Amino acid sequence: MMKLLALFMSADEPATVKLPESPFYWLPAHGSTTADQVDPLFNYIYWVSVLCTLTLAVLVVYFVVKYRAKSRKDKPEGSMDHHTGLELIWSTVPLPVVLAMFAWGFQGFVTLRTTPKDAYEIRVTGQKWKWLFTYPNGYTDDELHVPVGQKVRTVMTSVDVVHSFGLPAFRTKEDVVPGRYTELWFEPTQAGEYPVFCDQYCGTSHSGMITKVVAHERADFDKWLKDAEIKIDQMPPVELGKKMYSQNGCGACHSLDGTTKTGPTWKGLFGSTAPLADGTSVVVDENYVRESILEPQAKIVKGFPPAMPTFKGKLSDKKIEGLIAFIKEQK
Amino acid sequence: MASTTSTAPVGAPSAGADDNYLTHEKGLASWLLTLDHKRIGIMYFCCVIGAFALGGLFALLIRTELWAPGKTIVDADTYNQLFTLHGAVMVFLVIVPGIPAALGNFVLPLHLGAKDVAFPKLNLMSWYMWVIGACFLVSSLIISAADTGWTFYTPYSTTTPTAVIPALSGTFVLGFSSIFTGLNFIVTIHKMRAPGLTWFRLPLFVWGLYSTAIMQVLATPVLGITLLMLIVERAFGIGVFDPALGGDPVLFQHFFWFYSHPAVYIMIVPAFGVISEIIPTFSRKKLFGYSFIALSSVAIAILSFLVWGHHMFVSGQSVLAGSIFSGITFLIAIPTAIKVLNWISTMYKGSIHLDTPMLYALMFLWVFTIGGLTGLFLSTMSTDVHLHDTYFVVAHFHYVMMGGAITAFFGGLHYWWPKMFGRMYNEKTGQFGALIVFIGLNLTFFPQFIMGSRGMPRRYYNYLVEYQPFHQASTIGAFILGMGFLMTTVSLLRSLKKKPDAPMNPWGSNTLEWTIPSPPAYYNFDHVPQVTEGPYDYDNWEYDEKLAGYERKASEVKP
Repeated sequence: MMKLLALFMSADEPATVKLPESPFYWLPAHGSTTADQVDPLFNYIYWVSVLCTLTLAVLVVYFVVKYRAKSRKDKPEGSMDHHTGLELIWSTVPLPVVLAMFAWGFQGFVTLRTTPKDAYEIRVTGQKWKWLFTYPNGYTDDELHVPVGQKVRTVMTSVDVVHSFGLPAFRTKEDVVPGRYTELWFEPTQAGEYPVFCDQYCGTSHSGMITKVVAHERADFDKWLKDAEIKIDQMPPVELGKKMYSQNGCGACHSLDGTTKTGPTWKGLFGSTAPLADGTSVVVDENYVRESILEPQAKIVKGFPPAMPTFKGKLSDKKIEGLIAFIKEQK
Repeated sequence: MASTTSTAPVGAPSAGADDNYLTHEKGLASWLLTLDHKRIGIMYFCCVIGAFALGGLFALLIRTELWAPGKTIVDADTYNQLFTLHGAVMVFLVIVPGIPAALGNFVLPLHLGAKDVAFPKLNLMSWYMWVIGACFLVSSLIISAADTGWTFYTPYSTTTPTAVIPALSGTFVLGFSSIFTGLNFIVTIHKMRAPGLTWFRLPLFVWGLYSTAIMQVLATPVLGITLLMLIVERAFGIGVFDPALGGDPVLFQHFFWFYSHPAVYIMIVPAFGVISEIIPTFSRKKLFGYSFIALSSVAIAILSFLVWGHHMFVSGQSVLAGSIFSGITFLIAIPTAIKVLNWISTMYKGSIHLDTPMLYALMFLWVFTIGGLTGLFLSTMSTDVHLHDTYFVVAHFHYVMMGGAITAFFGGLHYWWPKMFGRMYNEKTGQFGALIVFIGLNLTFFPQFIMGSRGMPRRYYNYLVEYQPFHQASTIGAFILGMGFLMTTVSLLRSLKKKPDAPMNPWGSNTLEWTIPSPPAYYNFDHVPQVTEGPYDYDNWEYDEKLAGYERKASEVKP
């Protein structure tokens, strides 16, 4: 967790998620049934392409060697300037080859985009620059944990800009768009850890918007989910606040070390007097912090844009208290 | 191609001709206010090469940064600005105007046997539009360079604090430059062909420019309107695309690709034209399957308007829409395959000369084939889901744009250089430069296919260490590529210091521009040429060592 946290806080550190060893040169190891919709077809197109490229290359090299002019005065051997039969052949032969790609790709795409009815549902939220996964029981984590052999459906939305939820090991991907829901599904076949990327450019730490999907055996998954829930319930407020800071992406705008980002730093914030845009000022106390989380536009600190989204309905009182406790700690 | 009626002895070296378009008038004003298509072409050419150097510099900075994961030379925000500017400069300032506006302006009226384009003042205005648009783009660089990617996707582009509006305005103005050129060329090709120059006697470069011009005129206004809406949204908060204001971000992607997919063909179709001039000339043989190549350009131009949704297979677009776009995209494979096979057949039983332009054309065949075939992975819906927004896409479009459009541009540049400036460049350094470009190009972009299919997302500042070997190979390739272009440019510029030495027709081509002196006179043709044969009939041209060029057989000359 700390390692991942460190990853999100600093885009400069190399990412720690590992790509699993792959038996193929061209594709990463696969961990989901959905890969079957992609890999064989990828290989088909690959070999068609290799064959075409080599054939053309051999022809060109052969012609250049064989028909290379010795001097400027050389005349060409032939004068054929068209051959309707040949041209009709290469206008029509590629058609079935590429239509096969189209049909096979269409069939695979329909499978990738048709979610099975009995799927386990996880809500995915994209935001600058992290992923949040909410399980059916309401527990939220910044890693995706899934059971092997279970069809999983992700229902996704973004709170800011367009992101793209990419699972290279599962060969599936879908944009995560603000103001609407998109979805995808997969069925993990092998326990292990696989990377999750943001594939749609989303700003400063786009390349830091990486996490992992952890596929557990069924029993391990159930245990993990239960433990995680208990852990949240019993967490001391400061630790809960720290988790909320990371989970909700507060760090994208509010630093802990005094540097100014889009919003005021939290270092030494609590108890200070903040000048407001309208000329008045306010003492940063429990009520002000709470109001700023729930109604961020109510009081804007001078010199900062009114950029913060509201967290009304997203954070429980307990979590807000955790955040207040965490802010108090930043002296 | 024609029974020419120039006053100079046919085929004689033009070195002695004092009065040509370069010397006809002197002074800076004579260039900035010129209505001569050749001078406007040269001005475009200088600007495009300057922008190419700037975009190339950005590319080298990007590749240096990606040498290692984490920070190498710049921070994440600067990196994001660099790839945005690299994309915007290369697309809007270099490749879109590159072949049509620079080479096309110079060559088109000469190809047609005309004095100038139909609307010379509009032509000059389109150059000024380019300059104004470029100033806006560069001003964004100075204020606080946009960091949206050249695609300007919403709502990122409406919310980022960088100077997006200058970049959008620049692109908006550049669109007009493109529309003016397109409109001008359509009218020119319809109305100003020399007597006897029927549609199927036109050089294929003209067919390429014609198809391009149609796309420019029909697609670019959509981009203009879209960018204008984006500017209004950013400046006045009128919600069109931002969901926070009640807009639809995916709508922007539809509008954007409605232009930008045809734009891909705006960039590559003129390149097809250049290749269709070079290959028959240096094979000394008629182009194989003229009408198939000509009509396949038109087919591509029409189909290009119906495939924009293949950029959006993972955007949440419906399966039905996606499959229609995918199916039509595959149809484009057919005219493309026809072209490549016809070019290769042209070489069969030819008499092949490996001069620099031909080397670029052969390079084009290799890289364009790879670029085209990798397009199949991306037009297939299920494999695209895996490859979408990865380096596989980056490699694919660089093979087509950089490998296709830019190599054709450099091939065409070497081919027409003697006609433009009256000087022969050094053949050896030209060939050597082409070889270095070829090596650099493949080393830069081929590893990107592999890391892309292994999942490496595009536009990443930082990456997993597993991808590092591929990034390093790519970075080394980029520097080799940069060196190749630098050497080539130096080689070309050095030729300008020499005395004029280019013959009228150094390659033995049979299109009209090679029947007049190099460089051409201010008024191009002394008399309106009469065209009596096709553009690729080389039989009547004989090589003459004294001229170091080709001469029309005496019996064919009808004064």
